Amino acid sequence: MNPKDLPMVGRGTVPETQRVFRPDPDQTPDDDIREAVLELGREGEWIVQPVPEPYYLAPTKYGRSKKVPFEKTWHHKSCGQCGHIPGYSTSIFWLNRFLGYDYFDPRDQTSCTAWNYYASATSNQVAQAAVAMRNFSAAYETGYFPIIHCGTSFGHYKEVRHELVHNHELRRKVRDVITKLNRPFVMPEELVHYSEWMYAIRDQLKARVVHDLSGITATVHPACHYYKLQTGDAIYDPEIYGGQRTAAVTAVVQELGAQVADYSTWYDCCGFGFRHILVQRDFTRSFATMRKIEVMKAEANPDVVLTHDTGCVTSLDKSQFATQAHGRNVGVPVMSESQFAALAVGAHPFRVAQLHWHSTDYRPLLTKMGIDVEAAWAEFQEDLAKIEHGSMEYLTWESVL
Amino acid sequence: MLSNLYPEVPLQEKQRLFDQVKADPRYESYLYGCYECGICVAACPSARFYDFSPRKITQTMAREDIEMFYEHLNDDIWNCSQCFSCTRCPRQNNPGGLITIMREVAVNNGLKSTKEALAGYTRIIYKIMTTGTQVSPDMLQEDAFPDWGPQVKEVASHLDLWRRALPPETLHTTGLSWQVEERTMLELYTIWKLTGVLDMISELDEGLHDIMEEVMDDALEDQGFTVG
Repeated sequence: MNPKDLPMVGRGTVPETQRVFRPDPDQTPDDDIREAVLELGREGEWIVQPVPEPYYLAPTKYGRSKKVPFEKTWHHKSCGQCGHIPGYSTSIFWLNRFLGYDYFDPRDQTSCTAWNYYASATSNQVAQAAVAMRNFSAAYETGYFPIIHCGTSFGHYKEVRHELVHNHELRRKVRDVITKLNRPFVMPEELVHYSEWMYAIRDQLKARVVHDLSGITATVHPACHYYKLQTGDAIYDPEIYGGQRTAAVTAVVQELGAQVADYSTWYDCCGFGFRHILVQRDFTRSFATMRKIEVMKAEANPDVVLTHDTGCVTSLDKSQFATQAHGRNVGVPVMSESQFAALAVGAHPFRVAQLHWHSTDYRPLLTKMGIDVEAAWAEFQEDLAKIEHGSMEYLTWESVL
Repeated sequence: MLSNLYPEVPLQEKQRLFDQVKADPRYESYLYGCYECGICVAACPSARFYDFSPRKITQTMAREDIEMFYEHLNDDIWNCSQCFSCTRCPRQNNPGGLITIMREVAVNNGLKSTKEALAGYTRIIYKIMTTGTQVSPDMLQEDAFPDWGPQVKEVASHLDLWRRALPPETLHTTGLSWQVEERTMLELYTIWKLTGVLDMISELDEGLHDIMEEVMDDALEDQGFTVG
């Protein structure tokens, strides 16, 4: 594959154009759903849980400012992150603690079940909305505000909110279910993805960076379900890609001091496919490597691929092993920007970022970042020995901060 | 060209299924007509590796081509990646959304092609619906993911220890993604039962349905939860 001329200056994130794109609220294909949510609240259709203060006002694609809370957040965890790449969620929690923010990690939370829905369709509109509203209700009852770790949960909940706002019959059916559970019927004022919180805290992170990242080149995969579902409700920043692509992830990585390099297939999905990743991985593997990793390698040769969703980390990381066996041009570590940011501000690569759960070799990246991989692994082995011998039951937060 | 792949299926049956898709409340906001510009196909990952076209499906639905619809329902919809890259459509169609609806109809009616497409997937349905989390750490087994390399075996062989080496208290699990309260699970079972999802499973896999119903009914009964 040959390098291509790309419409970004120096393969970075500044467009090669004199045109200035101004967000126009009148151009949005989706209405300002937050206003409709508040109106339904005033009409007594549901309780609207307000975004707790202090919050950050983030720019979105068509110009609306989105409130992103800094703390008092209820963490809607992700199945795949917690199950198979647990350093992803651990890093999000760790960053909250690192910055001194109050948060809640609930047990009264189910999956959004959207992975299953997009894989098998063994559910329906009412059930999916009821699952969402049960989780929102659980968050409300704790007094903490939901923040959603998974890109698919975030996108699916935006769809659910859109459907509930526009369909009173659906609203009635779902309210009946939630009432039977003796739960309040609650819609959050905003639906917030964790990567939006990362965007909101990027300057705080910048002030705490302990590794020189100026020699690190990253490519960013924007997660489809983050910005392709209900497009108006995603962060777009005029300073990043001229406001023409979502600024999530990229803005954070640049603020940390690393270089973000452009590549031509940025809009392509990762190949996850929901059903495919579990039972038809030949498709996932082909797409993830031939349309994403190999293109990134040929056009940008990154040290790391960063993204902000469960499925994307899984597909892009796990697909590389078998592809490498065929001598293809792959072999780049993949992680979330939460893990990368945690590492940048001093988190332990194994106690916090838990990189030993990842497949593709991450050691060259860590070394380039100035992290002593062997020493860190030895420290982690000592932790494991303590747990194994019973002198420590679990690795605690106290021992990783 | 007219589809003639399923001449043995009466037109009325194909029409009945088409009408079910069209009756979905989301349908009219997912389909506005089609320019045949092909932007959805250019953006579609599945179109690159399968004989699959979101444009063709959207066209078929817009033309109400019942024969072709039935062909898509059986031969195409399970190839979709559900990434929604196709929502780049300048007419604001949502081909991926149309396919979601078509899949629901296919499941509800227990189509043979759907049962085949989901044959290897039913254990995941069991996992999500009975535990409230989609994938668990103990699913990372070498025989299930041989293509993910030796690291999977490494995880599997240290699973319990590595889970205890996670600082978040909710993640000290191997059979679930995170710890879920019992009441939470019962509420989820109640949702599945009240919204007809469990009935959908019986169309797909009667054995799976019976096992799941027993698990849910026993749990609900033990805790005095009543549904209905």
